[in-house]
Amino acid sequence: MLRITDIAKTFNRGTVNEKVAIADLSLTLNDGDFVTVIGSNGAGKSTLLNAIAGTWLTDSGSIMIDDIDITRLPEYKRAKYIGRVFQDPLMGTAADMWIEENLALASRRGERRRLLPGITRSERAEYAEMLKPLNLGLENRLTSKVGLLSGGQRQALTLLMATIKKPRLLLLDEHTAALDPATADKVLKLTDELVSKDSLTTLMITHNMQDAIDYGNRLIMMNEGRIILDIAGEEKKQLTKQQLIDRFNALSDQKLESDDVLLS
Amino acid sequence: MTLSSLLARLPGGIAIGILYGIMALGIYITFRVLKVSDLTVDGSFATGGAVSVMLMLAGVNTWISLLCAFAVGLLCGTVTGLLHTRLNIPIILSSILVQIGLYSVNLRIMQGSALKSISVDKYNLLINVRFVSKTILIGALISLVLIIILYWYFGTEQGSSIRATGNNSAMAKSNGINTATTTLIGLALCNGVVAFAGGLMSQYQGFSDVNQGRGAIVTGLAAIIIGEVLCDIFFKKGSSFWLRLTFVILGGIIYYLIMVLILWLRVDSNDLKLFTAIIVAIFLAIPNFRKGAAE
Ligand SMILES: Nc1ncnc2c1ncn2[C@@H]1O[C@H](COP(=O)(O)OP(=O)(O)OP(=O)(O)O)[C@@H](O)[C@H]1O
Ligand SMILES: [Mg+2]
Repeated sequence: MLRITDIAKTFNRGTVNEKVAIADLSLTLNDGDFVTVIGSNGAGKSTLLNAIAGTWLTDSGSIMIDDIDITRLPEYKRAKYIGRVFQDPLMGTAADMWIEENLALASRRGERRRLLPGITRSERAEYAEMLKPLNLGLENRLTSKVGLLSGGQRQALTLLMATIKKPRLLLLDEHTAALDPATADKVLKLTDELVSKDSLTTLMITHNMQDAIDYGNRLIMMNEGRIILDIAGEEKKQLTKQQLIDRFNALSDQKLESDDVLLS
Repeated sequence: MTLSSLLARLPGGIAIGILYGIMALGIYITFRVLKVSDLTVDGSFATGGAVSVMLMLAGVNTWISLLCAFAVGLLCGTVTGLLHTRLNIPIILSSILVQIGLYSVNLRIMQGSALKSISVDKYNLLINVRFVSKTILIGALISLVLIIILYWYFGTEQGSSIRATGNNSAMAKSNGINTATTTLIGLALCNGVVAFAGGLMSQYQGFSDVNQGRGAIVTGLAAIIIGEVLCDIFFKKGSSFWLRLTFVILGGIIYYLIMVLILWLRVDSNDLKLFTAIIVAIFLAIPNFRKGAAE
């Protein structure tokens, strides 16, 4: 359902700071794929997600969601198909607006913003029902400003917002990295629930190898702007952390001279 | 410098304060909702006055002249918005450019003269220095209607998306909001209201002045900030939107009464702008003082 073909992105081209962040990367996701993405700092993971979300346009290549070519679409138009949670808990919500207002904004993702009420009574009841299972007490605080919430609460809310209008693709960029371990675990469990409930096609970046192994049905590893490892199905289920580390070391030593390693 | 002379000046001060408050409601849209500094208003306030007065001189109905002022204000804000969103010029800069350009436009509208009088005896002015209490009443009613409209608008889907844009544009975009459009709408609305207030001010004074808008942004900020400080003192923080808007009008009144007081103290009127700056600085600092005391 997502088909990325030969995209590339170079930052600060022609300057001393020139940086090839993504080099001829292709990736195809099937409907319902839950893919975890790992790779060292600067590997290009966030750049890949930004390219899909449309933070800026890629230098070349094409990106398709279903049969829609989104390569040239601005970010706000792609949002119709894409739900997103950022690493920074402050990024995904409007701090000065109420919890229910944030949810109402998200539930109109991809729609025209008309001169109708921004939130209706029946929506309020719905949102309270949606928030209850989080066990964070947010259902009683619909008219609290989001800025008053903790980082974990905000990330849980952002997750709900990203999935409230079932997106064709869910992009998660280290969305638990800024949280304490216990909260991170809670948010990750919630992620898994929301993703499996609607079988959302998902790309999730994480720095935690164990999480990358435990969650999802497919794992990709990135290095220097390329995908160097793509493991799915049974093989992914059997994967251990040590195997993953060994393979990473082996691959990065080879400096990716042959294409074979990409297919392993 | 008698007390009675001060008292005699109060009603006029309140009337002008309300008009500045109405102008500040427009500035609130950019300064507080979109969280950008739009300096177009120094031009569009005068544009509104010029449009309203010239149309009335040409025989147009009072209210229609004010609506036209509003419409031309929308246009002024749209130009700033287009410079910003299409040509990527920072808002401050594009608004200064439009402000400067409007000076010439305003002179054109006023057929080359810097001042155009409109006689209260010959024309059906809505408000005027001659009838201050009626002005206060009408000013209060207009404020009320405007606050209701703004309260409704910023609760709609479109209004909420403007608020989200000002709050967190990354969040807005990732939720499918075209932030260029919302910024454009906000800038247009701001200047529409400001120009409408400019039209009212001209009617009150009985003339439109090409320099009418000088310092409008600072006066507007003064009204907003004074209003917010008082609102936070009397009501807890996070009070509802309509209450905050109401306090913007009160802020305008209090700001202008302070000016009246300073003038009454026989301060040289040339020094008035300096006092404005000092007052705004003081009120800007008050929330920080209060925070410091609480810590
Ligand atoms: N907007 C930008 N301007 C310039 N360089 C950038 C920009 N964004 C990313 N880069 C560079 O591109 C490379 C890839 O960055 P990216 O953020 O995609 O890495 P990452 O895999 O997400 O790393 P991390 O694990 O640290 O988040 C880095 O060298 C980074 O410095
Ligand atoms: Mg990253």
